[in-house]
Amino acid sequence: MRKFDRHQGLVAPMDRANVDTDLIIPKQFLKSIKRTGFGPNLFDELRYLDEGYPGQDVATRPLNPDFVLNQTRYQGASVLLARRNFGCGSSREHAPWALEDFGFRVIIAPSFADIFFNNAFKNGLLLITFDEATVDRLFQEAEAEEGYRLDVDLESQQVITPSGETLTFEVDSFRKQCLLEGLDDIGLTLKDADAIDDFEKRHRQARPWLFRQAG
Amino acid sequence: MAGQTLYDKLWSRHLVKERDDGTALIYIDRHLLHEVTSPQAFEGLRLAGRKPWRLDTNLATPDHNVPTTLKERSEGNAGIVDPVSRIQVETLDDNCASFGIEEFRINDARQGIVHVVGPEQGATQPGMTVVCGDSHTATHGAFGALAHGIGTSEVEHVLATQCLIQRKMKNMQVRVEGELGLGVTAKDIVLAVIGKIGTAGGTGYAIEFAGSAIRDLSMEGRMTICNMAIEAGARVGLVAVDETTVEYLRRRPFAPSEEYWDAAVADWRELVSDDDAPFDKVVELDAAEIEPQVTWGTSPEMVAGVGAQVPDPAAAGDETVQQGVSRALEYMGLQAGQQITDIQLDKVFIGSCTNSRIEDLREAAKVAKGRKVADTIQLAMVVPGSGLVKRQAEEEGLDKIFLEAGFEWREPGCSMCLAMNADKLGTGEHCASTSNRNFEGRQGYGGRTHLVSPAMAAAAAIAGHFVDVRDFGAERAANDDSQVQEA
Repeated sequence: MRKFDRHQGLVAPMDRANVDTDLIIPKQFLKSIKRTGFGPNLFDELRYLDEGYPGQDVATRPLNPDFVLNQTRYQGASVLLARRNFGCGSSREHAPWALEDFGFRVIIAPSFADIFFNNAFKNGLLLITFDEATVDRLFQEAEAEEGYRLDVDLESQQVITPSGETLTFEVDSFRKQCLLEGLDDIGLTLKDADAIDDFEKRHRQARPWLFRQAG
Repeated sequence: MAGQTLYDKLWSRHLVKERDDGTALIYIDRHLLHEVTSPQAFEGLRLAGRKPWRLDTNLATPDHNVPTTLKERSEGNAGIVDPVSRIQVETLDDNCASFGIEEFRINDARQGIVHVVGPEQGATQPGMTVVCGDSHTATHGAFGALAHGIGTSEVEHVLATQCLIQRKMKNMQVRVEGELGLGVTAKDIVLAVIGKIGTAGGTGYAIEFAGSAIRDLSMEGRMTICNMAIEAGARVGLVAVDETTVEYLRRRPFAPSEEYWDAAVADWRELVSDDDAPFDKVVELDAAEIEPQVTWGTSPEMVAGVGAQVPDPAAAGDETVQQGVSRALEYMGLQAGQQITDIQLDKVFIGSCTNSRIEDLREAAKVAKGRKVADTIQLAMVVPGSGLVKRQAEEEGLDKIFLEAGFEWREPGCSMCLAMNADKLGTGEHCASTSNRNFEGRQGYGGRTHLVSPAMAAAAAIAGHFVDVRDFGAERAANDDSQVQEA
C-alpha cells in the first residue's frame, strides 16, 4: 500500500449528505477485474451529462458544468471535503479505488459509513472526521477562497488551514501505523499464524460441525 | 458481572488475539464469494504467492452479472451477451477451479443470490462468523451469526489468513413489540426502522432485532430485516436463535450431520442476549403502528406509510437535510404534498437478496392471483433468489399465477436490484421494487426506485400505482394461509 505521511493539497467541497458508493462509482464499472482505471468514472452520473459505460473514451463525453470537480478552480484537487455519512451503501472497494485513482488522498467529513471507512484506509486514503461546525467552516472557507489548500500531517494528526489555524484530528493507531509505513496487513496478520492455528484447533474441538462440508 | 449481548458472545467465540492498539484478530467460519468483488482479491493472492488458508470455508456463486432470461441462461456463460460481464463470471469460475473453491456455477440448480444460497444450503449457521464482499451479508445475522460485508482487500485477507482485523462495535437493540397488522410484513418493519433512526443511525453498531414481532417472523422475514441493517448504517444485524432458526436448518445440505446435530443445537441455544445484557442504545417500535411502507426519495430513510404524502423539504430537519430532500424530489419527479398512492409506475421488480425467497414470492402471488398487471406497466418481473427457490415456487404453482397475471418469470440472480445485467430502468421510469436501495441511478441511469414489500409491489403492479395492500387482498391472503405449505 502507498505510504501516507504528510499531504498538502487543493480542497474540493462536495456539498451533499449521504453520498453513497453507487454515486461514487456506478455499477456498470464494477465489471472490471482490475483495481485500477476507475478515476475517469468517479462520480460518473454527476460529472457527465450522458450515461457512461465501461471502455468508453471519456474525453468525448459532455461534462456537467455545475459539478464541483468540473469547475476550473478545483482542477487538481486532492482533498475532498464532504458531508455526513459519506460512502454509505454498497461495500464496493471500487469506490476508494476510484477516489484514489482520480487523485484524492484525503477526505474530510462529519461522518463516514463503516465499510467505506475500512476500505479507504486499506488503499492509502486518509479519512478525517471533524464535527459538523468545523466541517461547515471549512466549506465556507474553501468556497470563499480560490486555491484553498489544506496541509495534512498524519504523524502529528493535524490539519493546517491557509490562515495558519491548526485542527487536530483523531485516528486509530493501527490504521495510522499502516498508512505511515505503507504496511500490507495480510503480511502483518500472518505473523500471528501460530495464534490462528492454535485458535483453529480449539475451535474445531469445541465445534467440530463447523469444519464439515456437504457431500 | 453484567450479562453479554448476542454480539458480545459471537465476538468472544471468535477472538483469536487482541492487540495492544485496540484491534483484534477475528476468526472467520464462512466466506461467501461472488464474481464482482473477488477477482482483484484472487489476483492479489497470486501476486503475493499466497494460498487460501482453509478451503472448506469458502463457497462461491455468480449472481450480480448473470442474465435472467431463459434464452441467455440456456447457453450458460456463453449466453451472457455483455462481454465484460461474461469475463467477470468466467474469472470467478477460473479462480474457484484453480484455487479449489466450491462454486455453484451459472446453471447449477443451487446457483442464486449469494445471500439466498448460503442460508438455503445451511452454509450459514448460528454462531458462525460469515463474511462476503457484499454489504448485504448482514442478512445472515438472522441466524444468530456474526455476519457483515467486507471490501475486496478484506476478501483477500480472509482468503489468506482466515481472519479479519476488527474493532468491536457497539450494541444496539431494536425492539419491535406487538402484532403486525394484516398485510404488513418484515420489509415494512425494517423500512420503518430506517425511517426512524436514519441511514447513519446504526453506524458503528451491531443491531440486534428483538421483541415479539421479530420472534413471530419466519426465517425469511428475519433475513429481510437483517439484510437491510446496512441501510440503517449498521454492518451487522442480528436475531437471537430460537426454535424457528433450528427448524429451518434441519437437514439442509451443509447443516451439521446427525452425528453432531444435538451438540450443535445445544450450542446454538446459547446464542441469545442475556436478560441483563447492557445495550449502548435501545430503539423501540410498536408493530401495530407500522403501515405498509413506500420510499419516495433517493435514500432508504426517505420513507413513509402508504397513506402519507410526499413531504415538504421546508419542513425537513436542518439545511443539509432540506437540500437532500429537495434534490431527491427533483430526481424522483415528485411534488411535495403529493399522495404516495398517486405515484404512477412504469416497472415492477420482485426479487433481490432482500425479498426473493419462497415466502416473499408466496406473498406476492397471493395478491397477484386471479388479477392482471395494469396496462400502463411496461414490465413486471419476478426474479427468484435461487434455482431452488424457483423450483419450489414452480412446484407450488406460483409461476403460473405470476404468468397468468402478466408478470415475467425469470431465472435467478441479483437482476434489477443493481442492474449489472440487462435488467434495468430507463431514465425517468418509476419502479416499485422489493430491493434494498433507492439511490440515484441504482436500478438504471436516471431510474426512480420506490422500495416496498413483495405484497405492496404486486398490488402496485395490478393497480399501476401504489395502493394500500391492506385494502387490496390482504384479507383474502390471510384466509389462504392455511393452504400454504411450509418451506
